[in-house]
Amino acid sequence: MKKTISVSKNPPIRFCWKKNWQLHLMLLPGILLVILFKYVPLSGILIAFKDFIPRKGIFGSPWAGLENFEYMFQLPDTMRILWNTLKIAVLKILVNFPIPVLVAILLNEVRGRHFKKSVQTIIYLPYFISWVILSGMILDIFSLDGVVNQALSLFGADPVFFMGDKKAFVGLLVGTDVWKNFGYGTVVYLAAITGVDESLYEAARIDGANRFKQILHITLPGIAPIVMLMMILNLGNVLNAGFEQIFNLYSPRVYETADIIDTFVYRISLVEANYSLGTAVGLLKSVVSFLLIVSSYKLANKYSDYTIF
Amino acid sequence: MSRKGKSYLFRTVNVIFLAFLAALCLLPLIHIAAVSFSDQAMVSANRVGLFPKGFTLASYKMVAKRAAFWTAFGVSVKRVILGVAINTVITVLMAYPLSKSEREFPFRRVYVWLLIFVMIFDGGLVPNYLLVHNLNLFDTIWALVLPTAVPIYNIILTMNFMKQLPGTIEEAAMVDGAGYFQRFVYLVIPLSKPVIATVTLFSFIGHWNSWFDGKIYNNQTTNYPLQTYLQNLISSSDMTNAAEAIENALSNVKTLQAAQLVLTLLPILVIYPFLQKYFVKGITVGAVKG
Repeated sequence: MKKTISVSKNPPIRFCWKKNWQLHLMLLPGILLVILFKYVPLSGILIAFKDFIPRKGIFGSPWAGLENFEYMFQLPDTMRILWNTLKIAVLKILVNFPIPVLVAILLNEVRGRHFKKSVQTIIYLPYFISWVILSGMILDIFSLDGVVNQALSLFGADPVFFMGDKKAFVGLLVGTDVWKNFGYGTVVYLAAITGVDESLYEAARIDGANRFKQILHITLPGIAPIVMLMMILNLGNVLNAGFEQIFNLYSPRVYETADIIDTFVYRISLVEANYSLGTAVGLLKSVVSFLLIVSSYKLANKYSDYTIF
Repeated sequence: MSRKGKSYLFRTVNVIFLAFLAALCLLPLIHIAAVSFSDQAMVSANRVGLFPKGFTLASYKMVAKRAAFWTAFGVSVKRVILGVAINTVITVLMAYPLSKSEREFPFRRVYVWLLIFVMIFDGGLVPNYLLVHNLNLFDTIWALVLPTAVPIYNIILTMNFMKQLPGTIEEAAMVDGAGYFQRFVYLVIPLSKPVIATVTLFSFIGHWNSWFDGKIYNNQTTNYPLQTYLQNLISSSDMTNAAEAIENALSNVKTLQAAQLVLTLLPILVIYPFLQKYFVKGITVGAVKG
């Protein structure tokens, strides 16, 4: 029995048109769209190795070898941008990781079902609001004469120029990102907590464990695999510092600490129209991201049997 | 303190803390709504907190007369209808064959790899931009709808749902001579309604919220969808020309901007309860067990 299962797990790849033509046909429109909009643009990667002249096209432009990459590493901005990207992304991951775990555990301790459900519903809402709308709100609330600075002045603190102060701005990025996303993580972990075997708690209660001990020895270990999984999958994100957020909030004043790869690529390519350099920087990011994601999937697969498809 | 007293104290503190967290999430939204309903002078004097001061509908009346807002609104409605329809049809059509085992559908693995690769490797901004340009899709609704036509995450979610359906139902239909098409239309789709609802809502939110494609794939600002229009209004880092800057300064009256933010947020708030209904199931299937 076991043998037949392991054999059938990896059958030879055959088209089987006669038997499966209807399945192939259903996939056809989607696959064509994927090829046109995802695979065809991959040929555009060549631009990174060319001195791209728009009217000559990708194939007509002269080759440049690795010139664009050499130039990229000579730019003083490059290292700073790489560092900013890593710094902001890692900060976000680190701060974003414990809060949802904590909130999920606390929410699970609540006895009133309506209260629990309401809190869950409310904290999850910001996840669905676009960064455009949020930045409109953030720019207002955190402005020099905004609500936050008014509150600070009540405590006698000096106003903080969040949008122009190099350090405060990074704090604002991390803070608002956590604000937007912690509800999502909480819902994931809460679902995991509900999956923990109820009999374990009963056994612990009989042994005289209090709530705190139950959390420590049953709830936490129970959701640990999922927390691990989320962390591992986040590994693929260390080059994504949050383009949509930063693009809508930053200004040249804070480039030094908050300009990231994606914002840099946008300005180089679409504002300054240096397509070759923009493609080169973007390609480097894609390749490193690819390697990171593949390793994170490998890790996830090893530790928690996670498979994408 | 007794054990009972301690646990009572903990529960009280816990509830207060969680209520505070929830308030923290809601307050910014309430504030912006309060601003939108307030008198302009009160807002300029920074006197508006969580309640409107000098209640007025003036900003909403002004927005009602802003042609640019409604043009953008129209583009957004169009992209949502077209985009969500395409997304949902493609999702269901692709999820069903992919939910089949490799024994039944040996070529499945090739399709899966085609999709996984594009999920984790992206050509980057410039190649995608040039493709849309070369296809002559600039300033058309297709530029906003076709590049995102295949929502891979939604397909995975739907596929996992279909995998969990009891296989015996399809087997019975197969014995009666029903082919894949028939089983798909008459059995699998009706049974998959909850997940189809979930991915449709996701796709709605995705299309309604996206702004970057609208910004780079349109040369004419009259073709901007609503979020791109707002982004253009809000961002000061990206002023392209003086005329636009002046126009924005005039329209950048805080109350007016707040009213537009609220109106843009409204559709999300309206469908959010429906999303809640289906969501928790979807997220556990999608994020926790792939």
